[in-house]
Amino acid sequence: MPLSASDVAHLADLARIEMTDEELTLLSGQLDVILSAVASVSAAAGDDVAPTSHALALTNVFRQDVVAPSLPAESVLAAAPAVEEGRFRVPQILGEEI
Amino acid sequence: MSLIHESAETLGALIASGDVSSREVTQAHVDHIAAVEPDIHSYLYVDAERALAQAKAVDSRLAAGEKLGPLAGVPIAVKDVFTYVGAPTTCGSRILEGWMPPYNATVVDRILGAGMVILGKTNMDEFAMGSSTENSAFGPTHNPWDLARIPGGSGGGSAAALAGFEAPLSLGSDTGGSIRQPAAVTGTVGVKPTYGGTSRYGLVAMASSLDQPGPCARTVTDAALLHAVIAGYDPHDSTSIPAPAPDVVGAARVRDVAGMRIGVVKELGGEGYDPGVKQRFQETVEALALAGAEIVEVSCPHFDLALGAYYLIMPSEASSNLARFDAMRYGLRVGDDGNNSAEQVMRLTRRAGFGQEVKRRIILGTYALSSGYYDEYYGSAQKARTLIIADFTAAFEKVDVLVSPTTPTTAFKLGERINDPLAMYKADLCTIPSNMAGNASGSFPVGLAPEDGLPVGFQVMAPPMRDDLVYRVGGAVESTLEDVWGHTMLAQLAKETR
Repeated sequence: MPLSASDVAHLADLARIEMTDEELTLLSGQLDVILSAVASVSAAAGDDVAPTSHALALTNVFRQDVVAPSLPAESVLAAAPAVEEGRFRVPQILGEEI
Repeated sequence: MSLIHESAETLGALIASGDVSSREVTQAHVDHIAAVEPDIHSYLYVDAERALAQAKAVDSRLAAGEKLGPLAGVPIAVKDVFTYVGAPTTCGSRILEGWMPPYNATVVDRILGAGMVILGKTNMDEFAMGSSTENSAFGPTHNPWDLARIPGGSGGGSAAALAGFEAPLSLGSDTGGSIRQPAAVTGTVGVKPTYGGTSRYGLVAMASSLDQPGPCARTVTDAALLHAVIAGYDPHDSTSIPAPAPDVVGAARVRDVAGMRIGVVKELGGEGYDPGVKQRFQETVEALALAGAEIVEVSCPHFDLALGAYYLIMPSEASSNLARFDAMRYGLRVGDDGNNSAEQVMRLTRRAGFGQEVKRRIILGTYALSSGYYDEYYGSAQKARTLIIADFTAAFEKVDVLVSPTTPTTAFKLGERINDPLAMYKADLCTIPSNMAGNASGSFPVGLAPEDGLPVGFQVMAPPMRDDLVYRVGGAVESTLEDVWGHTMLAQLAKETR
């Protein structure tokens, strides 16, 4: 089923990217082309094949639970778009009046 | 030859013996960068002052009798996807423009620890998404062989810096071919190590299960020397392999393939490949046979699925990794006017900060992962990955390495594929299987295509943690080309590029 501009609008909403109508239309066309090109993948993968998420057979790795030095707060906050009282300052998140 | 035309190995030896200083070598590169950058645009940031200070420090240590490694004092360029304190890391994106990272990537720490001198950060497709470096938010890089052509991507800056003599070595990262494809189209050497062989700590993630840092160079031994510096276990990377790296430098120097079994992958060739690419590939295979290798044709039927599976897995992982660019903790913030909510600021920032290709892949990944489509797309792609790995495993029971062209075509023209995503994606047709399977893989120059005079790359794929075999065959390929030409690729580059 081809992707419509409104399908792409929903995906853009999930991905938190503002898009114009022209962008949505352009993308829906391009995504259709890409998705039909990759359709052979779904056809080839049978139920008897196990999925691989990672090329290496790995188990999760945990470090020892010991105190180690971390980055100084100032060096991390130095790259922030906005800082207040030694913290990241963010726009309103609960929709209340300021 | 002037200093910029020497190999990294020779420069390291000259510096160690005191015949030239690292400062002279670094200054020569800084001067050449200033001369050719307006045409090539390999760099996003040139760190000349700090590079010269680093060079001076190495010279003092050597003068004091300190024993340093073979690349001490040798300059290097670093792809702008790695963090390096004191220089901006942008990943070629407006969303990170001017971002100063608070820590070094492990591979950056290792090159600094080896006494190498960092010249600057190289241009790349935005967040390493592309095969031409045209997706950089800061303008494309031009191929030094022909300025109207692409230098490959995503690491076009790192490859062009080598071909244009703006650095003797560079660092790259390879998710679907971003080291090997630029190497192929610029007549240079590029190796994607075994996944887990080099640390991803401080490499800004695109697709975590595929990304791998690796060396870019102009000779096989140079690539191996850099590989040896950056490889090895790192506790900061949860997928780092806790085993010693293979002896790649020793292997690069063997230059002999007698008795090796080399498999030609049947599926990577034929229709859609340039005649000149096929011709140079075939000649190289014949030369390896003459040198005593046993050549076998090998079928890997599921490699045909690799490109499609890659364009489901990579965008899925990228859509998740790039969620971190939320305008809250670092990078660009747009629309924070006191009225907009945090979520609106996120939407506006990501719209302004991400380019077309990045948006395309985030949306594609969001779709492939969304409920109702997950099994059909991401789930199927993971199964295809199993089948591709099984093809490699079966092949490596019969042969020591597999070979193919690195890319179906030589360097295409800037602008030629930018509005056709699928045509662009096909540049990575031959390189993607090794990312899917995590095995070692490298590209080596094998001459110029007769029809356009542009470089052709020869890909060597070896089993996981047998990176040494990539270098052993690469060394033999290099020596074959020198026999045919009567001179090195390095000399050819000096003749043909800026």
